[in-house]
Amino acid sequence: MTQATYMDAAPYQDDLVKKFVLAATFWGIVGFLVGVVIASQLAFPALNLGLEWTSFGRLRPVHTSAVIFAFGGNVLFATTFFVVQRTCKVGLYGGAALGGFVFYAFQALIVVAATTYVLGITQGKEYAEPEWFGDLFLTVIWVVYLITFVGTLYKRREPHIYVANWFFLAMIVTIALLHLGNNLAIPTGFFGGSWLKSYNIYAGVQDAMTQWWYGHNAVGFFLTAGFLGIMYYFVPKRAERPVYSYRLSIVHFWALIFLYIWAGPHHLHYTALPDWAQTLGMAFSVMLWMPSWGGMINGLMTLSGAWEKLRTDPVIRFLVTSIGFYGMSTFEGPAMSIKAVNSLSHYTDWTVGHVHSGALGWVAFVSFGALYYLVPVLWKRERLYSMRLVSYHFWIATIGIVLYITAMWVSGIMQGLMWRAYDDLGFLQYSFIETVAAMHPYYVIRAMGGVLFLVGALIMAYNFIQTILGNMRDEVPYEATGYVLARG
Amino acid sequence: MANVEKDLISGQNTTGHEWDGIKELDTPLPKWWVYIFWASILWSIGYFVLYPSIPFLKSYTKGYFNYSSRDELAKDLAVQAQQRGKWLADFQGKEVGEIAKDQGLLRYAMAGGKAAFNENCAPCHGVGGGGSLGFANLTDDEWIWGGKLEDIQQTIAYGIRSGHEKARFAEMTKFGVEGVLKPAEIDQVADYVLGLSSGKGDANAPGAQIFTDNCVACHGEGGVGMRETGAPALNNAIFTHIKGDKTSIALQVSNPQHGVMPAWADRLGAETVKMLAIYVHSLGGGEK
Repeated sequence: MTQATYMDAAPYQDDLVKKFVLAATFWGIVGFLVGVVIASQLAFPALNLGLEWTSFGRLRPVHTSAVIFAFGGNVLFATTFFVVQRTCKVGLYGGAALGGFVFYAFQALIVVAATTYVLGITQGKEYAEPEWFGDLFLTVIWVVYLITFVGTLYKRREPHIYVANWFFLAMIVTIALLHLGNNLAIPTGFFGGSWLKSYNIYAGVQDAMTQWWYGHNAVGFFLTAGFLGIMYYFVPKRAERPVYSYRLSIVHFWALIFLYIWAGPHHLHYTALPDWAQTLGMAFSVMLWMPSWGGMINGLMTLSGAWEKLRTDPVIRFLVTSIGFYGMSTFEGPAMSIKAVNSLSHYTDWTVGHVHSGALGWVAFVSFGALYYLVPVLWKRERLYSMRLVSYHFWIATIGIVLYITAMWVSGIMQGLMWRAYDDLGFLQYSFIETVAAMHPYYVIRAMGGVLFLVGALIMAYNFIQTILGNMRDEVPYEATGYVLARG
Repeated sequence: MANVEKDLISGQNTTGHEWDGIKELDTPLPKWWVYIFWASILWSIGYFVLYPSIPFLKSYTKGYFNYSSRDELAKDLAVQAQQRGKWLADFQGKEVGEIAKDQGLLRYAMAGGKAAFNENCAPCHGVGGGGSLGFANLTDDEWIWGGKLEDIQQTIAYGIRSGHEKARFAEMTKFGVEGVLKPAEIDQVADYVLGLSSGKGDANAPGAQIFTDNCVACHGEGGVGMRETGAPALNNAIFTHIKGDKTSIALQVSNPQHGVMPAWADRLGAETVKMLAIYVHSLGGGEK
C-alpha cells in the first residue's frame, strides 16, 4: 500500500502538526533569546536594567519555561500527533477540534505563564512556576491531549503499538501524575489573601522532595522519554534502516520508566533529606545509566549500514549528534548523583553545564532534526530550501554547545574547589565574592556560546520560511562519498 | 510472524512488524550492556547494605557503616576546628598589640582576618578594602575614628551608629534642612570646603567665616578633622559619602548622609574581631 491510500481512508491532521511546527520554531527562538539575555546578565549585571520586570530572577523562569515547555512542548505535540497518526494508520482521534483546542489553549497558557512570571506572580517551584490557575488550565489541556493520543491508539489499524508511542504515552501519563502531585496548592484568596498567590500543601523537606520528584522526572519523562519517542521514529525514517533491536527497546523502556521515577532525591544530597532517601536517589540514578544507554545504542546502531549518510545529510548529523549528547549526559548524570562527586558539583555551574549538554545537545538537536524532516513533508516540498544552511546551523550550534558546556565545566569545578579550599591554618581560602569574580570570564564565554546557538536557530527559521514559501536555493547538492573522494 | 525478513547488512532477522515503513531487527541485547546493567544493580544492593537505605515508620536501616551525613559534617567541622584550635588557645588570652608582635600569632590572625574580611566586610568595603562611595577606604592612612589597632578593633566590635550601646556615634547638623544656614551661606561654605580639599583654602573667602563659626567645633581648625567627634578631615580630597564636587558638598552640608556599620562582636565573636582588626590594620594605613 502507498501512503496515499491511507490518506484516502483516514485523512491525517497535518494542518495541526504544521501549526505546532511553526509555534515550536517561534518559541524556540524566544527561549534561546531570553537565555542569551540572562546569560549576559550573569556576566554583566547592569543588563538587569534596574527594573524588577527584567531582573534575572524573573527572566530565568521565562527562559526555562520557554525552552522546555513552549519549544519542547510544541515539538512534542507536533511529533506525537504526526507519529501517532502514521504509525497507527489512522487520523487523530477527536480530529481538528480536539487537536485545535490543545494548540490554541497551550499557546495561550504560554503567554499567561510568561506574563505572570515577569509580573512576579509565581509559585517559586522550579519548572513549575505557574500559579494555581495556570496549573488548572494545563490540567485541562493535558487531559484533552491524553484523550486524543489514547483515542488514536485505540482506533489504530496496525496490530501492534510502535515503540515511539510507548515512550510518548509514558511521557503523557507520567507528566499528568507529576503535574498534579507537585502542584497541590491552596490559593490564599480563600483566607482573605490574594487570588494570585497560593501555598503548596507540602512544607519543609517534604516540599523539597516533592519538587525534585517532579523536577527530575520533568527531565526524565518530558525531556527524555518524549524525545526518545521522537528518536525512535525520525532516526529510522531518515536513515532508512530498521530499528537496531526490538528486544533492547522493550527492556530499556521498562527499565527506564521504572528506575527514573525514584532518582529525584539526588537533587537533595547533603540536605535535611533523610540519609536513606539520599541513598535511594543515588542508587537508582546509577542503575539508570544502562537503561538510558539502551536508547543511545538503539539510536546509534540503527545507523549501521547508513553511516555514509552523515556526509550527505546534515539532518542525520543533527540526529546522530543528539544521540551522542544523550549518551554523554546520561553518563554524566549518574556520575554527578554519586555523593562524593555531588559534594563537589552541587550548587555549582557544573550542574548548569550538565543540564545544557542534555537540553541543547540532546533535546534541541533531536528536535531540530525532526523539524527539518517535518517541514518539507508537511508542506509537500521536494526538499528543504537549503541543505547547506542546515549544515551551517549544525556547525554553528555545535560550536555554541561546546563553548557553553566546557565553560561551565571549568567554571563549576573551579567554583566547587574554591568553596571547599581551606588554608593550612583551617580557614576558608576564598570568600564567596572571590569565587564570583573568578567565574566572570566563563560567564562571558557561556553567553557567547548561547549567541551561536541562537544564530543557528535563526538560520533554521529562515530556511523554514523559504521552504514554506516554495523556494529552493540554487546550490551544489551533497554528493555520494565515492564521487566526492574521486574529485578530491 | 508473517513478514520476517533477513536484513542483508546486519545479518539479523526483522521482527516482522512494520509501521509507516519502519521495521525492527530482532537483535539480541548487547552482552556488555547486560553485564554493566547487572553490575550496577549489584553495586546498588551492596550500597543499600552498607549505607542507610530501608525506611520504616519511625526509623530506617543505618547500614553496615552506620553512616550519617550529619556525623560526616560534624567530623569535617571538627577537623577544621582542631586545626584552628592549635593557635586559638594562645590567641585567646592576648591583646591585639601583643598578637601583632608574635610572628606565629600574627600569621594566624592575618589568615583568619582575611577569610572573615572577605566574607563579611568585602561586600561593602571591597575585596582588599578599597571602599566605594558610601563605604570607607581602609587602605589609606585617613581614619575618621582612629587607625590604631585598638581603635579599629573597637570600631569593628561595636560598629558605627549601629545601635549598640558602645557604638561609635556622631551626627552632623543638618545645616540646610534645619535652617541653621541660608542657601547662599551653604553655597559659600561649600566653595570654601572645596578649596580646603584641594589644598587652596582661602582665608578671605566669604565661606571662611561661616566655616569658623559652624564647622570648626567638630572638624577642627583648617578642617583637619577630629576623631573624638568622628568628624572627618576636610583638608584632603578623600570623601566617604559624597563624590567631593561642589554640589555634593553643598548637599552634605544641607542634609548630611551618614553610613551605618554593624557591630560585629556578637556575630563573629571577640577572637575573629581581633583577627579582623589586625588584618585591616595591615591593609596600608594602620597607625602605631
